[in-house]
Amino acid sequence: MNLQDLGLYLTDASLEGYKFECQLVPGEVEVLQVVIEGFQEIPVYISVTDTQILCITYLFSEDEVNPESKSQMTEQMLEMNIPMPLTSFASIQGRYVVFGALSINSRFEDVAHEVVTLGENSVDALSVMAEYLK
Amino acid sequence: MGVLSNLFTAIRGGAREAGEAVVDANAVRIFEQEIVDAKNHIKKAKDSLTTVMAEKMQSARKLDAIKNDITENELYATKALDQGNEALAIEVAEKIASLEGGLAEQQHIHDNCAAHIEKLKAQIQGAERQISENERQLNMIKTTESVHKATSAISDNFMSSGSKIINAKESLERIKKRQQMREDKLKAAQALNSDDYDQSLQNKLKEAGIMESSSSNANAVLERLKAKK
Repeated sequence: MNLQDLGLYLTDASLEGYKFECQLVPGEVEVLQVVIEGFQEIPVYISVTDTQILCITYLFSEDEVNPESKSQMTEQMLEMNIPMPLTSFASIQGRYVVFGALSINSRFEDVAHEVVTLGENSVDALSVMAEYLK
Repeated sequence: MGVLSNLFTAIRGGAREAGEAVVDANAVRIFEQEIVDAKNHIKKAKDSLTTVMAEKMQSARKLDAIKNDITENELYATKALDQGNEALAIEVAEKIASLEGGLAEQQHIHDNCAAHIEKLKAQIQGAERQISENERQLNMIKTTESVHKATSAISDNFMSSGSKIINAKESLERIKKRQQMREDKLKAAQALNSDDYDQSLQNKLKEAGIMESSSSNANAVLERLKAKK
């Protein structure tokens, strides 16, 4: 999966009424930042490894969580994990994220679908988790 | 098991900086070398397995030959006894005894071969299981490594993009507000489209004769034009 091609595809595409704005961030590991129209605050970051395509959206940092309700929140995340399609909770370097992992052989359409799902699920997840935030 | 908990420790521990390797590259190389070595061992074990299996077949053939010999000589001995030739019978019996000695020896070789084969097969199976386990763990290490690199790169990008200034609650509010606005617009547009409401009211008024229909309007225009003439 070439991220530049994916970026071009997404910029031209319109899926389920959403449009995308893409920016390729070069580096040792390339990252494609995808902003879904309407969800500017929570971009989706895509990177490709040997085995999978990772799509990640940052929800909030650990500091934003009320310390006394943290365990309740993580419990809720675990419970939401399976019912929430194509999206899982994780934690990276002190930040809570939702992510989807796709096969390296996925089509652009599949990635686009994942991106939209991730965006919509992020908003849902944020709505649910908001009560645990400061 | 072990590898995974080691990985957790590595991720939790020092290697949290972007670009820093989670797993010691040297350790991975050693691990890979171990897998190669184990595969070579299996190859050698399979070579000796082939040799021992051939030996066992050879020994089985010898066993059969001796057994046949014994049966044949037993027949001779019986015949000699039948003829009353005790001396010859004893001579044959001695040969049988010596054959039986050889038989026991050959049986021993045969049994040893069989035991050796079982042992080699078990060794190969064990080594193969170990290799696939090692390869699975190596895969996990490599995946963790690449995922870590990817998430670090994403994380760096996220941090530098200024998204951190807005907290999650603000983001959510903005998104929700935008969604609400979009819904409102949609509703407004729908309301605009639903002139149907006005239309049906007009129809009712016309039917009731309160409002003039468009055809009568045309008549009025015609009348007006005629009057102008």
